[in-house]
Formats: sequence, C-alpha cells, structure tokens
Amino acid sequence: MRKLFTPLAILTAAMLGYAPIAIANAPYESTMLLVQKIFYFHLATWMALATAVTVCAAGSVIYLFKGNEKADRIAFAAAELSVVYCTFGLISGSLWGRKAWGVWWQWDAKLTMAFMLEMIFLGYLIVRKYAGPGAEKLAAAMGIFGAATAPFIYKSADWWRTVHPQTSVMKTLGEKAPPMWNVVWFCGVAFVLLFVVLLTLRVGLEDRRAELDRLYLEAEA
Amino acid sequence: MFVRVAWLVLRKDFAIEAKTREILYTTLIFAVACVLVFSFAFVREGQPIEGAGGGILWIALLFSGNLALGRTFERERYGETIRALLLAPAPRAAIYVGKLLGIVALMSLAELILTPLVALLFHAPLFARPLHMIALLVLGTVGFSSVGTLFAAMLMRARTRDVLLPILLYPVTVPVIIAGVMGTSALMQTPADEPMAMLWISLMAFFDVVFVTLALWMFEPLMTE
Repeated sequence: MRKLFTPLAILTAAMLGYAPIAIANAPYESTMLLVQKIFYFHLATWMALATAVTVCAAGSVIYLFKGNEKADRIAFAAAELSVVYCTFGLISGSLWGRKAWGVWWQWDAKLTMAFMLEMIFLGYLIVRKYAGPGAEKLAAAMGIFGAATAPFIYKSADWWRTVHPQTSVMKTLGEKAPPMWNVVWFCGVAFVLLFVVLLTLRVGLEDRRAELDRLYLEAEA
Repeated sequence: MFVRVAWLVLRKDFAIEAKTREILYTTLIFAVACVLVFSFAFVREGQPIEGAGGGILWIALLFSGNLALGRTFERERYGETIRALLLAPAPRAAIYVGKLLGIVALMSLAELILTPLVALLFHAPLFARPLHMIALLVLGTVGFSSVGTLFAAMLMRARTRDVLLPILLYPVTVPVIIAGVMGTSALMQTPADEPMAMLWISLMAFFDVVFVTLALWMFEPLMTE
C-alpha cells in the first residue's frame, strides 16, 4: 500500500487538476446552461460519499463482530470523510438549487434525507469524542444505521417524485450525451480516488496515534 | 426460552413501573408541557393553524419518548441491575425484546392520553380514520423505540448519555418521523387521503423491520464489554 500511495496521490492530483478543463470543454446543457456544470462535482461528491459510507459500515461491522481495531480506525476515518463529502455535497446542491429552484434550500425528501445522513455521521464523530470508554462500539452502531438508511436517500427522489432530478438521469445520459457522460465519470473517479488518498493518510495518522498510546503504556509499565 | 425471558424482563419492568408510576407520569406531564409550548407557536388569534396537530403530536411523542428511554435505563444503571441482567444465562436478544416491549407499552399508554388531547386542543381530526391512526402510532412507536432501546442501553456506560441519546436517536429515526407526520397529515385532510396514508404506513412498517432486525443483530456484540 505504501508503495502504491505516491503514484496514486499523483494520479489523483493530475485528475483533479484536469477536471475543471474537462468540465469547461464539455457541451452546454440545453436548459440549464452554465449552472449545469455544478452537476459534475455534485454527483462526484455523492459517489465518493457512497464509497465512504460503505467503507465506514464495513469497518464498523468487522470491528463490532470481530473486534479488529484496524477496521475501527478505518471506519472512523471514513466517517470523518463522510462528513466532509456530505457537507460539500449539500453546499454544491445548494448552489444548484439557488439557480434551478430559486431557493438555497428546499425541504424536499432527498435533501432532508441527505441532511439526516450528515447529522448521523456528525453524531458518529460526537460519540467518538465525548462518550468516553466504549464509544467505539456505539459509534460502530451509528455507522451501520447510517449505512442502512443511505440506500433510501439514493432512491428517495424516484419514490417520492420530488423536485430533485431523478437518479435515472445517469442511465439515459450515456446514450444521449456521451461527452457529458464521460466527464461525469471522470470526476466521479477523481473524487473516489481522492477519498482513497485521504483515507490512507487519515488511517496512517490513527495508526501512529494507537502505536504512540501503546508505547506510552509500555513505558509506564 | 426466548419468549419466556422477554416476558420476564417485561414483567419486571412493569412491576416496578406499576409501583412507582414515575416514568409514566413524568413522560406524560412532559408531553403535555410540550403541547402547551407548541401552542404559542401554532395558535394565531385564538385559532390553531390548520394541520399543525399532526406535527405537534409526533414531536411531543418523540421528545417524551426520549425522556422515557433515558429514565428506564437510568433506573437499571442506578440499581446496578443491568449487570445482573446481562450476566443471566439468557439470550441477550430476548432481554432487548423485553425492554423494547416495555418502552412500547409505556409510550402507547402515553399516546392513549396524548392523542385525544391534541385532537381536542388543536381541533385536529385525528380520529377520522381510527384504524389508520392506530397503525401509524403503533408502528411509529415501535420504529422509534427499537433504535432508542438499543442506543439507550449502550449509552448507559457513556459519560454524556443524557445529551448523546437525542443527538444519536433523532437523525437515525428521521424516516419514521417523516412517515408519521406525513401519514397523519394525509389522514387529517378532508376527505382523508387513504391511499397516501397507506403508503406511509407501509413505509413505516418497512423501516420497523429494518431497524428491529439491525438492533437484534447488533445488541449482543454491543453489550459485550
């Protein structure tokens, strides 16, 4: 993993550096024009968020049932990144909403559920920080519940016919506008790679922290 | 074995509660106080805002439910009885089910008084379709308390359990809350929008299944130190 990290970080930086150019070169959407360009990063954020939530839940399950502390550290790092990506997703969505619906925030099912997901992972971090001994397990439960509700957030726009565009946009986009579709995926991959890079860094930090704690205990004994 | 353990835990909680009635009374009075506070926001010129009743009912229930959850487990912690309960040679999941049923029964009792009160005070036609309303309340209570019982049990060991319980509980149970409020407002329309209410009821039932399954699955490893 350590050998792979530098090339991965460089690749991510290159992709993110090229992303604005790719977005600028992508064709304009017929009704939304310039505002539609938010979509490329907005969707990419949620793709990365879905990855982060999945990683967090997987780590939580492994920690809870197997007691693997490395899995717990990965879940913790993923939860932190979930909050970051979710915040960015809400902000980019808000910018879109301002132009598309005329308001910064709409109490629509999909938006409300996304807000809820942000609150769940903020709760996760609060528990880690303030609950004291045994907080890891409680946080793991939060991570699992958060991941269990995430699929409903994804499908909510289809089920409740909300103002948010439906998720089926992605299926038809590939046939209707291949250049746009390519840029969407390019940004998505770039954001997921960024998540992997950040996660590796964050887990590395937690590993060192755990090692330091162990050494302290050893020195005291 | 499983059913018997759950029944015994439920009976134990019931016996204590029947003697003191502490949680029922405090929960109920708190819920009524909530309703009173809401009246300042939702009553204009002596008339309640149309459709406010459903939201008020659900929020009062959730706030008081949170209080009841905290109190139930505080009692176990104070008497150091939870350790004995967990040491008992019984399936952990059965202990969870017993606790859950106790909370559901307690909240149902509170609802029995609170719902007519809100209907009366806010001129809300909550009983236009009594069966649908009962289904919404029961399923909502089960969904809310299934997660609540799990979290409250876990938080017993935590330092800041009083503040942490609502912080963790409300975001997770949002789907149930949305379904409860939306379903109730569908029922309060004239004429009542039955298909819409049924949609929310089924959604709630679905989330109940997800929550109870997850809680049963996680209770055992979560309560092991």
